[in-house]
This record gives sequence, C-alpha cells and structure tokens, in this order.
Amino acid sequence: MKNIRNFCIIAHIDHGKSTLADRLLEDTKTIGSRDMQAQVLDDMDLEREKGITIKSHAIQINYPYKGEEYILNLIDTPGHVDFSYEVSRALAACEGALLLVDASQGIQAQTISNLYLAIDNNLTIIPVINKIDMDGAMIPEVTDQIVDLIGCKPEEILHASGKSGIGIFEILAAIIARIPAPKGDPQAPLQALIFDSVFNSFRGIIIYYRIMNGTITKGQKVKFIATGQEYDATEIGVLKLGMEAKNHVGCGDVGYIITGIKNAKEVKVGDTLTQSGSMVERINGFEEVKPMVFAGIFPVETDAFEELRDCMEKLQLNDASLTFELETSQALGFGFRCGFLGLLHMEIIQERLEREFNQTVITTVPNVSFIAYTTRKEKIIVNNPAEMPDGTKLDRIEEPYIKAQIITQSDYIGNIMTLCLGKRGNLLNQSYITPTRVELTFEMPLTEIVFDFYDKLKSQTRGYASFDYHPIGYRDADIVRMDIMLNGEKVDALGSLIHRSRAQDFGRKLCEKLKELLTRQQFQISIQAAIGAKVIARENISAMRKDVTAKCYGGDISRKRKLLEKQKEGKKRMRQIGNVEIPQEAFLAVLKLD
Amino acid sequence: MAGIYIHIPFCKQACHYCNFHFSTTQHLLPRMIAAIAKETELRKTYLTETVDTIYFGGGTPSILNSSDIGLLLSKCKQVFNVNPNAEITLEANPDDITEEKLIEWKQIGINRFSLGIQSFVDTELQWMNRSHNAQQAKDCIELIKKYFDNFSIDLIFGSQLLTNGQWQENINIALSFNPPHLSCYALTVEHKTTLGKKVEKNIVTDIDTEKQAQQFEILMQQLKDANYNHYEISNYAKAGFESKHNSSYWQGKHYLGLGPSAHSFNGLSRSWNISNNALYVAAIESNQSVLETETLTPTQQINEYIMISLRTSSGIDLNVVEERWSKEVCDKIVSLSASWITTNHLVLHNKKLQLTQLGKLFADGIASDLFL
Repeated sequence: MKNIRNFCIIAHIDHGKSTLADRLLEDTKTIGSRDMQAQVLDDMDLEREKGITIKSHAIQINYPYKGEEYILNLIDTPGHVDFSYEVSRALAACEGALLLVDASQGIQAQTISNLYLAIDNNLTIIPVINKIDMDGAMIPEVTDQIVDLIGCKPEEILHASGKSGIGIFEILAAIIARIPAPKGDPQAPLQALIFDSVFNSFRGIIIYYRIMNGTITKGQKVKFIATGQEYDATEIGVLKLGMEAKNHVGCGDVGYIITGIKNAKEVKVGDTLTQSGSMVERINGFEEVKPMVFAGIFPVETDAFEELRDCMEKLQLNDASLTFELETSQALGFGFRCGFLGLLHMEIIQERLEREFNQTVITTVPNVSFIAYTTRKEKIIVNNPAEMPDGTKLDRIEEPYIKAQIITQSDYIGNIMTLCLGKRGNLLNQSYITPTRVELTFEMPLTEIVFDFYDKLKSQTRGYASFDYHPIGYRDADIVRMDIMLNGEKVDALGSLIHRSRAQDFGRKLCEKLKELLTRQQFQISIQAAIGAKVIARENISAMRKDVTAKCYGGDISRKRKLLEKQKEGKKRMRQIGNVEIPQEAFLAVLKLD
Repeated sequence: MAGIYIHIPFCKQACHYCNFHFSTTQHLLPRMIAAIAKETELRKTYLTETVDTIYFGGGTPSILNSSDIGLLLSKCKQVFNVNPNAEITLEANPDDITEEKLIEWKQIGINRFSLGIQSFVDTELQWMNRSHNAQQAKDCIELIKKYFDNFSIDLIFGSQLLTNGQWQENINIALSFNPPHLSCYALTVEHKTTLGKKVEKNIVTDIDTEKQAQQFEILMQQLKDANYNHYEISNYAKAGFESKHNSSYWQGKHYLGLGPSAHSFNGLSRSWNISNNALYVAAIESNQSVLETETLTPTQQINEYIMISLRTSSGIDLNVVEERWSKEVCDKIVSLSASWITTNHLVLHNKKLQLTQLGKLFADGIASDLFL
C-alpha cells in the first residue's frame, strides 16, 4: 500500500490536461505507441469532438522509481462547470491532485473552485505550470498567482509541457514524493468508495471504486450499503487501458468489479461497497446530485417511449447526475422531465441518447426549479411550466439565485458588467488578482444564466473569461408562465417560465422563430404568445395555396417519388395540436433564439 | 404496348428556367446521332413489346436535319417492332419551323408536334431567353395546322412577369388556334439554372405562389369551358387527342430512353443514361454502358403508382391496386385518404380516388400522405 498513489488533475478546459495525461501514460509505457491516440482517456467520441472530458476515467500506471515499483492511479475528471459533481466524486478517491495551469492563460475561475474542493478534501496539491514553451507564456505572473492561491513556495511549482514532453518525469517523481500513500487498514472489513460506473451491454454494470479499508477478493459476496443488496464479485481487477482481471485488489487501490447487475437502479454512485454481513459505515465526501436545469425529453415517435425509458435508465447508470421522472404532454405524449447539471449537460445527454442509444428525442424549453406558494400556504416545487399554479391561487414565487465568479482581463470589465446587469445581476465584489486580471463576483438569478450566458460571456470577452457559480438559495421573483398558442390551442410543450420583464421580448422572438419553423398548411395559422388570457405577441402564417409539381414525365418520376417519400417521413415526425402540424424543430425553437 | 423516348441534347440557347440536360454547343452532334443510333441496337433486348409511341424530346429536336431524325426513326423501326400507326412526336421550337421542314418531317413519319410556345408576350419571352417572339409563335401554329391535325402547345404560367390578365390573354390566343392539345406548366425555379441563381441572389423575386394558384385556377376554368379534358395536372386535350406517349408514363407502361439523361422503365426497375454528352458518346462508341439502374421495392412501386395516377383524371384505381398488390394496401390507401375527402380535395367514385379541382392544387402533398 505504501507504493500506491491516487491522484487526479485539476485544470481548466484547454489548459492541456488530456495531453499531459496522454504523455504520462506514454512515458511510463502504460500505453504502447500502437494504442496511443490523442485524448486517449476520453473514449466517448463526443469527448474527442468537443475536446472535453465528460465522464471520469481511471487508469493505473506502473512506474519503477528509485528501485521500487509504484502503482499510480490517475483519475481523470471533467472540467466544465456543469460537471463539478463528477469532479467531487473523483476527488474523494484521491490523496493528491496536480493543479495544472496554462502558462499563458493563468488561473481560471473553474480551476479555483475545483482547487478549493480538493483542499477541502485534504488533497496534497502539486502545482504545475503547463505549456511553458508556448509563445506568450507568463511564467513569473502565473507563479505569483499560484503562490497567492495555495500558499506554496515558488520552487515547489513544476514546469511542464505536455505537448513537448517537458517535465513529465519531474511530475512523476513529485507524485511519488509528495502525495501520501493511501491510509487504511487492510485487515479491516471492506470499505470501498464507488466513484463511477458504466454500463456494458455484454458484462452488465461495471463499478469503479477506491478501497479505503480491507481488500476485495474475486468470488466474495459484496454489499451495497445504501440499498442493502448483496452480490457475488464475479470479476474484479484493475483499470489499465482496458480492464485487467485480478484475484485480489488491495487496500488503497483503485479497481473495478462486475457483479452481474443489469438494472441501473441497483447501483448508486457515491455509495459504499462492503463485504457481506459487515456493519461498516458509508463513506462521506460526496455531494448529492443537484440538477440545475429541467426540460422534457420525449421520443420523436410516440410509440418509442418504452425504448426511451430503457435507454434513459442505462444512461443514468453511466451518468448518475441525470435525474428524470415521467411527464405527459398533450403535444408530445409520454416522456420524461429530466434534471440536468446545466445546458451543456443537457446537450450531451441528448447527443449521447442519439449516438449511443440511437434515440432521436425532442427536448422542450429548459427551466430552473422555482418554488410557488399558493394562497392556501402550500409550497410547490415547480420544475415544469405545467406545474405552475393558476394566477388566482398563486401567492408568490421564488427563484434560485447563484453567486457567480468571473475572472477576466481588466479590459473586459465593462462588457461583463453590461452583460451581468442586463441579466438582473448585482455586483458584489471586484478584486484584482494581478494588475490586469480581475475577479468579479455577482449574484444573479440562475434562470438568467441557463440559456446563453456562457456563450455570451465568451463572445463578450473573446474567450478571456472564466466562470463558475454556486447556488445561494431562493428569492422572491416576478415569474410568469408564458404560453404559446397555435390557432387558439395551447401547446404545452412550448410553455415557459420567465421573468415578467423578459416576457414581451421573448414572446415576440419565439413567435417569429416559430413562424420560420412551422410549415404552411391549407389554412392560416395564428401563433400567439400569452400570459394568462393576455396575448403579448403574435404572428400569422398564411395558408398554402399550391403544392403541386408541374412536370412528371419519365425522367421526373424517381426524383419526385423520393422527395415525396422524404416529405412523408418528415410528416410522421410532426406532432398535431388541434389542426396544426408542428415539426419537431419547432419544439427546439426556444434554444435557437438570439 | 411500349414507348421509346429519344433525347436530343442540343439547344441554340439556354432558356433561363430550364434544367433539362442540353448543350448549346453542337460540335458533338454528328457523333451524337451515330451514338444514339448505336444505343438503339445495343438495347434491343430492353423492349419485347410492340412500340406504339416514339417521342423526340430535348433539348431541341427540331434543330436536327430531317435526315438525322429519319435515320433515328428508321433505326427504331429496324430494331423494334414498331406499330405502323405509332404516335411519333417531335418537340419543336417556333423559330426552327419552316414549311419545307414540315413537309420533310411529315414524309419521314412524324405525325404529332409539341410546340414550345410558352407565351405570347414578347417581354416575357425575352426574359425567359426564348429564341422566338410572339409573332413567330403564331405563324408557326398556323403553318403546323396546314400539315398536321395532331399537335400540342406548351405554355408557361406564374412567372414573375406574367399578370393574371396577360395569362388570360395567352390562353385566349392559344385557344383561337383550336389546338387539340395543351400542356401548361407552372414556372418552377430550379437550382443551377440562370433563373434559380438570380432568385438565390435576390436579383429576381421568388415565385408568388398565390399568383400561380390563381393562374392555375384561371387556366382550369377556361379550358373546361372550352371543352378540354384536364387529363393530367399539366395536360389538357380534346377527346381522342391525349398524348399517347406521355400517357404511357402515367399508366406504368414500359419505355426505353435513348440518348444522354434519358430514362427507361421496364416495370421493375428504372434506368437512366449519364447526363453528359461527351461521356455518353465516348462510352457508346466503345460499347460501354452509361446506365444507372434502380430496382423498385414493392412499396416504391405502390408509391409511384399513387403519385402518378393521382395526377391523372382517372385517379387511383383501387381495383388495380387490389389486383396488383393486395386488399390491405387498398384499405390502407382508403384510410389515408379520409381526411382529404373530408376537406373536398379528393373524391372516391366507383372505386377510384380522384383529385377535385381544389385537390389539383395540392397533388404533391396529397400523394405524399397516401404513400405507404
């Protein structure tokens, strides 16, 4: 156990974490050059395409150092603000963390928040300045930032370049020398922290864990403390590039276990694994999953609901931060009200459903979770516009607020102020980290950052701003439900909850967008946005007068048939409200507003 | 019963709306005639039936010498069993027509003309980049009538220039010649045409579909009053003068297409020649195939039947559907048609589903709804 080191890497997006991880794996010959590819740990196509890490990953590095064999378990973590839950799980399984900072970018808000999480978890921090060979590297400034932040000595900071392979062996040496070996009692009853799980269609559920006490042996009975269920450890082992089966995994080590569990609900990530009959306690250190954004997910074909349910359950196993419950919509039929960590998370879930499960889905207008108090003093959690009580029964509404931290160059303060004040934000604090870098702290309604805040922030600062936020409770708010009506019929799936001051503008834009997306029909279509009975915006689509091709001779027939067949397919995917057919893109209109 | 279509891929100049395959340079013409004649031989096994119709389309077949047309015709007669009373149509542009040529064409066996008149408004003809004017159009119809009793006039409506009044006038002028057949097409903006590019670049406004619908309604009414049978969406004929060749497309009959871009159909598959003059000629000269083929699945066959027959006045014959496919297919079509019958776009009459006057404006959407 004294030769085991468990560590993770804390870094902002694009600060070179995946490249550095690639280099660590390559230089320790954990991965042969034959298997090597960029971002080797990110095995989801989506991760490589977006250049981000979505899931946590774990890999074991065997490394001889000063005549001894060491086992270094690297737990890779995501960097985007939406995935701080994944980060917290990974941190709890580690004794140390590499703090990776881009030499030309300096410390970013997200890095700071994850760093504090790591410090709270008593992790040993090894600061590393990465990309030191880049033009624009500001090693002295970044050194000062790091020293200020973690109180280390400048000479404790390592210099590296993942791309050029500089400093890799120094990092490996520091991991061994500075990060403590795991503590724990190998003789004690088994106590292992489940930090991730994946679904494999051949093997069932594969659980990743870190053993805190005891050992795990192939074939033994194991128990999940949260559910009380017991299973056989059919296969156990450690994580190399693939899985490597073992008969034992020892105290302090990171490994996997396959128990034949097939049902998603039987494994709770964050739970503790112990041995049969043991009374060991559950390990703390895990944050509960808190969905921030809610939206409906519906199958494109109404009869595909059961299939979608199955896929959602499998996806949830792989992504414990996804929550969902049944929702019915007049327009869309049966589906799910899902809770997401943020909009990026929502986008990823949708894409994973498509790519990994071949499910095409309709996602409805996302909203945050509001609290409504009725005149009869009832408290209702509103995750869905349909749940909002009628105006007559409603006493007041509260909306969630966040504290937002933005770090940027001082040149962009004006732009960020304009952006945040326009989003109903209040500036709480402004502090200079260096003469040119400033940290701005705002309190803002969460609902204002849900849609496009992150993109706007990036464009307003040319990407030179980083952003992090934490919920700070609920406050009174003038929130209204805005309905969309087509020829007088309300389309529940297009309803939204919005601040009254935003409603008019939002309603107008949404009506315009719908006018673009709805196809002409044989009659006029009126599109209206309304709050209660009051119409606040409207558009009309005039009736289609003609839908017939002029020529249909020998050479036209094939082409024409294919066109009409395609049209028929498109119509199948449309949903009908009253007499109006709605293409699925229309349900996504809200996400596409400027 | 079968037909032969011969594509002559040359034009004097390019009409701005046309997306058919043609070339405005004619240096390949002699080799092209030889190649088409050779293709006729190469594909002699394609048709086993008697040939009842031959159609020269294009392009502009009327730019050919009558000897070239004669050569291609006699090749057809030599290779296939051509009915002595076959309908033999030549597409012609007014500026190519002379009395001398008409006499020659008649001698070699042409017995029907399809005249590319398009409009009697000079500004519109120029705007379309047609190679004739209104007077030439009128003169040529007079001349045709002297030698042929079976001919058709092509007109285009719904262009950006044409007012409803001008359209009515165009129809009146055409009717004054008492033509046995009219083909009237709504102008369609096609990609990769001069018109298409102008619309994409906002140099020309897009088609006004409201106006096109109105002009279609004007047309249907006027020709109904003049006792023409509206036997296909864009085709009107006096009794007995329906185009036999074009009708064969709509009745699912077999046809052989010769020349670049020409399509063939043998009941189970569709084939089409490459749409490139040089490649076509070179391939045929070296005995290589220029065909692409698509075999139709049963569903595709049913869908084609629905799409094509719906456009004709006889409509979808449910007895035919039941015979050729099944009772289930027939029931499916009937159930899919219910909403269109309710809205008066379709009528079900003697086991035939037919478009109403209103339905004719929506033939595409209705066909697509009835697809399996």
